[in-house]
Amino acid sequence: MRTAYLDHASTAPTRPEAVAAWTERAGLVGNPSSLHSAGRRARSAVEEAREEVAAALGARAGELVWTSGGTEADNLAVKGLWWARRAQDPRRRRVLVSAAEHHAVLDPAEHLREHEGADVRLLPVDAAGRTDLDALAAELAQAPEEVALVSVMWANNEVGTVQPVAEVAALARAAGVPVHTDAVQAVGHLPVDFAAAGVDALSLSAHKFGGPVGAGALLLRRGTPLVPLLHGGGQELGARSGTLSAPAAAATAAALRAALSGQDAERERVAGLRDRLLAGLAERVDGVRVRGSLTDRLPGNAHVTIDGCEGDSLLYLLDAAGVECSTGSACQAGVPQPSHVLLAMGVPAEQARGALRFSLGWSSTQEDVDAALAAVGPAVERARRAAAGSSRAGRRRPAAVAS
Amino acid sequence: MRVLAAMSGGVDSAVAAARAVEAGHDVVGVHMALNRSPGTLRTGSRGCCTIEDALDARRAADLLGIPFYVWDLSEDFVADVVEDFVAEYAAGRTPNPCVRCNERIKFAALLDKGIALGFDAVCTGHYARVLPGPRGPELHRAADDAKDQSYVLAVLDTDQVAHAMFPLGDAPSKERVRAEAAARGLPVAAKPDSHDICFIPDGDTRGFLADRLGEEPGQVVDADGAVLGTHTGTYGFTVGQRRGLGLTRPAPDGRPRYVLSIEPVRRTVVVGPAEALRVDGLSATDAVWSAPRPAGPVEVHVQVRAHGEPVPAVVEATAGDGLEVVLRSPLTGVAPGQTVAVYDGTRVLGSATVSATR
Repeated sequence: MRTAYLDHASTAPTRPEAVAAWTERAGLVGNPSSLHSAGRRARSAVEEAREEVAAALGARAGELVWTSGGTEADNLAVKGLWWARRAQDPRRRRVLVSAAEHHAVLDPAEHLREHEGADVRLLPVDAAGRTDLDALAAELAQAPEEVALVSVMWANNEVGTVQPVAEVAALARAAGVPVHTDAVQAVGHLPVDFAAAGVDALSLSAHKFGGPVGAGALLLRRGTPLVPLLHGGGQELGARSGTLSAPAAAATAAALRAALSGQDAERERVAGLRDRLLAGLAERVDGVRVRGSLTDRLPGNAHVTIDGCEGDSLLYLLDAAGVECSTGSACQAGVPQPSHVLLAMGVPAEQARGALRFSLGWSSTQEDVDAALAAVGPAVERARRAAAGSSRAGRRRPAAVAS
Repeated sequence: MRVLAAMSGGVDSAVAAARAVEAGHDVVGVHMALNRSPGTLRTGSRGCCTIEDALDARRAADLLGIPFYVWDLSEDFVADVVEDFVAEYAAGRTPNPCVRCNERIKFAALLDKGIALGFDAVCTGHYARVLPGPRGPELHRAADDAKDQSYVLAVLDTDQVAHAMFPLGDAPSKERVRAEAAARGLPVAAKPDSHDICFIPDGDTRGFLADRLGEEPGQVVDADGAVLGTHTGTYGFTVGQRRGLGLTRPAPDGRPRYVLSIEPVRRTVVVGPAEALRVDGLSATDAVWSAPRPAGPVEVHVQVRAHGEPVPAVVEATAGDGLEVVLRSPLTGVAPGQTVAVYDGTRVLGSATVSATR
């Protein structure tokens, strides 16, 4: 069975350019911190990649800290800025984050609240998932010297809404507060310029744009005080100890290069597929509601809720039909909960349970869209029957099925 | 067939799923999330439904090469099993939550959802057999008497049995199932069996009930009404219980005393000598039949505990799903709330819930 992979926002297929760059380096010895020639060769690969990635994103090479991925970059930014800002002035207890952040930002903030006395304020978002700038301004208007940091993502991983990051940064900078943005979903998919955005820290993850899993970076404005998470050999100017991976750095750079070459046309191509998918869904199924902004949106994101369905039933039925997608919010193994992003947007819990996220990218084709559209009608019909059948009121099994 | 394999993360359900795959069925594994705030790690043989159990189940499914999902059935589980358990104890009865779970969760909520999604059967790691009969599938005891779990499945009706698959029913022993798991490379092969009640992970049933029902102090009396002690809640007792009665005076004859009956309204626990526990007959309600409902009195065997001995009896189905049981050989210490399972040889005919004993 042909499968349609429509889950790029979870992880994108690794680009051949990244595989080639990785395999070219993977067999070579050399710790980039070593002084001998093998070390120098590895270091050159890491530094070339650093220069290329930083330049492509409007940052200086010295402003890029390699990490193990987006989660580490987010943790490093939130905790590292908090610790550094608190060390300068212990009155700084307030942490301002958008209510629609990824757990890699929300949970470090929650950890700081629980264990280190942080006063975490969740900035509300509107019905499209866009952070309320007035709420941010109001928070910053009262005792701005007591705000440790602001963190607002570049684009939302579930509903795809692009946030007003430049406006957030302008407000925070005027108040003298550092700003972090989780740009994990944006880098490689939207134009991202670190300097022009005016933020102090920016997280990225290589596998979201076709690079290797286990590689990412934090862009950190030169001179921004930051306490490291990882202490050790003092790599990355002490911001992040740990032996640097030349294959990971080279493959990250290669993937970003591929993602950015002809990016305007590619963005239009992917957005065109996405729009056909959304239009086709609305045509075939009643009760489809597109979530997130219709205008300021990641090109590959098609997030909907479907009335009267459980997302997990839809996932199973679509998977069985060869269509791979997501409900949008990850759940390791516990009870799936309605997405905090949808709830923050004011979506009723009942509708939030029927969330479905298709995410497209560089490998997506019209055939993938057609496959999803062919599968979704029957899947919704079945999922609705399952939801109705298992509702506690009026449960009744259908007659025995001959086996 | 399209088979939904309920996978708890234990060895039995993993081997059952493996056998279903091997038999050529189209199998999907599902772990039922029954607890909204699961613990992270499993501790020994207690409890279930931790995140570690879900990951064990997922690993087994991955090894079998089948899709795997976690389905949230916690709302049904709390309402139909946990709250029922508490209410039964509050009413002075002794429920079996595993019976309730099979009746209302595994072969109801899970089966209903599975059927709606296009599955034909639910497969579990129970030790019991579904055998073809002249009038459709029949539920029978497992080949291994020591592991037989047909008692906790006796509550299934004809339709539920028709949609049930128990691939371990002919397994010669639990040890052989473990060996099979090891031979299949399933990492759960050496995982401890679960005991006790899954939603009371520390095993302290009295504490669990006390948290929910609060203190309800009352008296412990003998059959003549003489007060022998006090208690903090009748829910801490079951008929036949000997230990922990908190009696202040020994019996005049020095012989041990047992709980004979529980009267929750008067908050009274009645105790007495062992011979007073003798039961020669039962009345039961809510009878469910997977075999044709018997017309008139029939000679059968009945079993009143998961690991109890079957005893010969005459049963008669009465109006309104009632069941009257005359025991050919007496039982001791049967409590209202227990399930009485009815057998004809190895075949399960049905079951009912004990309401009174004689």
